[in-house]
This record gives sequence, C-alpha cells and structure tokens, in this order.
Amino acid sequence: KMSLSAKDKATVKAFWAKISSSGEAIGADALSRMLVVYPQTKTYFSHWKDMSPGSAPVKKHGATVMGGVAEAVAKIDDLTSGLLSLSELHAFTLRVDPANFKILSHNILVVLAIMFPTDFTPEVHVAMDKFLAAVARALSEKYR
Amino acid sequence: MVKWTEEERRIIRGVWEKVDIDEIGEELWARHRISHIDRALIVYPWIDRYFGSFGDIFTTTAILKNPKLAALGKVVLSALDTAVKNMDNFKAMYAPLSRQHYEKIKVDPDNFRLLAECITITIACKLRAELNPQVQATWQKFLSAVVEAMNSQQSK
Repeated sequence: KMSLSAKDKATVKAFWAKISSSGEAIGADALSRMLVVYPQTKTYFSHWKDMSPGSAPVKKHGATVMGGVAEAVAKIDDLTSGLLSLSELHAFTLRVDPANFKILSHNILVVLAIMFPTDFTPEVHVAMDKFLAAVARALSEKYR
Repeated sequence: MVKWTEEERRIIRGVWEKVDIDEIGEELWARHRISHIDRALIVYPWIDRYFGSFGDIFTTTAILKNPKLAALGKVVLSALDTAVKNMDNFKAMYAPLSRQHYEKIKVDPDNFRLLAECITITIACKLRAELNPQVQATWQKFLSAVVEAMNSQQSK
C-alpha cells in the first residue's frame, strides 16, 4: 500500500524535471542542514576536515547524494533492483543506520520547500515524501 | 523542562512572528494528512472513529477543500502559539492535551514527530532562506520539546 502510484511517479518526474539543474545546490543545502540540525549524523563524516554548511566536502557529497536521487528518479519503476549496488554500498561498506535516511529525506523536503515554494504544493510534497521513503526502503533492502 | 538561551528565544519568536495561523493552519493539515493518510488509515483504522465526522478526507482534492481539516490545522497551531508564549513551562500546560491525545484520540505517537516535520516544511515555504540551518536547528529544538510535552502523559 506504501508503493508509488502512477500519479505519484508522474508527479515526481515532472517536479524533478523542473528542479534537477539545481541538484547540486539542493544536495549541499540538505546535507548542511542535516549536519547542523541533527548533529548525531556528523559521526559518519568525522574524516572530513570541514563539516560546516557550504564547505567543500559538504558540497561535493551533497552532489553525490543528489546524483543518487537522480538515478532513483530514472529507475522509479523498479527501485529495488535499480538501486541494488547503492543498497549494498550503504549496508555493507558505509553501514549507515537506516534511521538516518528519514532525517536526510526530511531535510531534502525542507530545502525543496525553501527553493521552490510555489511548485512544492501539498500534492508534490506527498509524492516526493513517498518517493524518498521508497528510495530509503530500497537502500535498506540489503541490510538483513 | 528544556532550558532556552536568549538567542534561542529570539529565534523562535522570530520564526513564529511570520506564521499566519489562519493561512498556515489550513495548509499544514493538508500536507500532513495527504502525506500520512494512507499510512494512518491502513495501520490505524481507529482513526476513522476520530475523523469519521469530517466527511471526505480520502483524496488530495477533498483534503485540500475540507473545512474541518482546515479548522483542525488552526487548532494545532493555536496550541503551538501557547508553547511559544510560555517557553519555560509549556510542558506542564500541555499535560491535559497529552492525556487527551493518548486516552481519547489514541494517536500513534509517531504522528507527533511527523506533524512537527510537516510544520517545519510548511513554514519553510513561507520563511525560505530566513530558515537558515541555525534557525532550523533552534526551531527543531523547540518542536522536539513540544513533541516531548505531547508524549509526557503516555501510559499514565
């Protein structure tokens, strides 16, 4: 019941088409906020010289994360197999506690609301929320 | 009860000043209900008991037009207004609200966190860049304290 409807997918793709050119900026801002607002997430990045908002490592990694989101949009019809290698990466190598996916998703939604207040209607909000939750589930596939 | 610095009080009042309870109250509930209604109705069918008198809350269009949901959004934000105006003792003031939500309404406590997230996102549309990471952090600290106050009478 939690899976994406055809309407959800269409909404996500249409919205993504509008915002994808801002992908790097979205990623950098979302990651910056996550590290400041939820400082327990810093533990994954202790190898970075600088974790402050807008710093080079944050920008670079924000772009990486949004690249993953772009890939998920392209593979929205089968996220589980589409994101298989990313799931293995997060489960076996990075060992990110899946609870953190919710935190990053929330911050991505906050940034979308800030950057695209007119386009980020309640309908787009729900579609993006469900989509990011589906991506998080696909990334958690390999955990057990 | 959580302790607040002068800077944090200033930030929270600054955010709250920009919130028009009428405007945001309507939209907030729409965002929360739309985002979580599938989950809520499937997993917690007793929600029907509470929302049963609200009429049509089952499609996005219906949710956005439902006056009872809009009114409920304003009720929630008015309660938040009480917390902003009583930052040092709202936990005690919220005890009856907490009891009501646990004993009568039987809300899954996860919904307090989810609604808080929706509040932040709705406010983000309004405040935009003014909700910078530091402001968001302080606002989040405040909402976490509110959620904790709502949980205070759980299983008492």
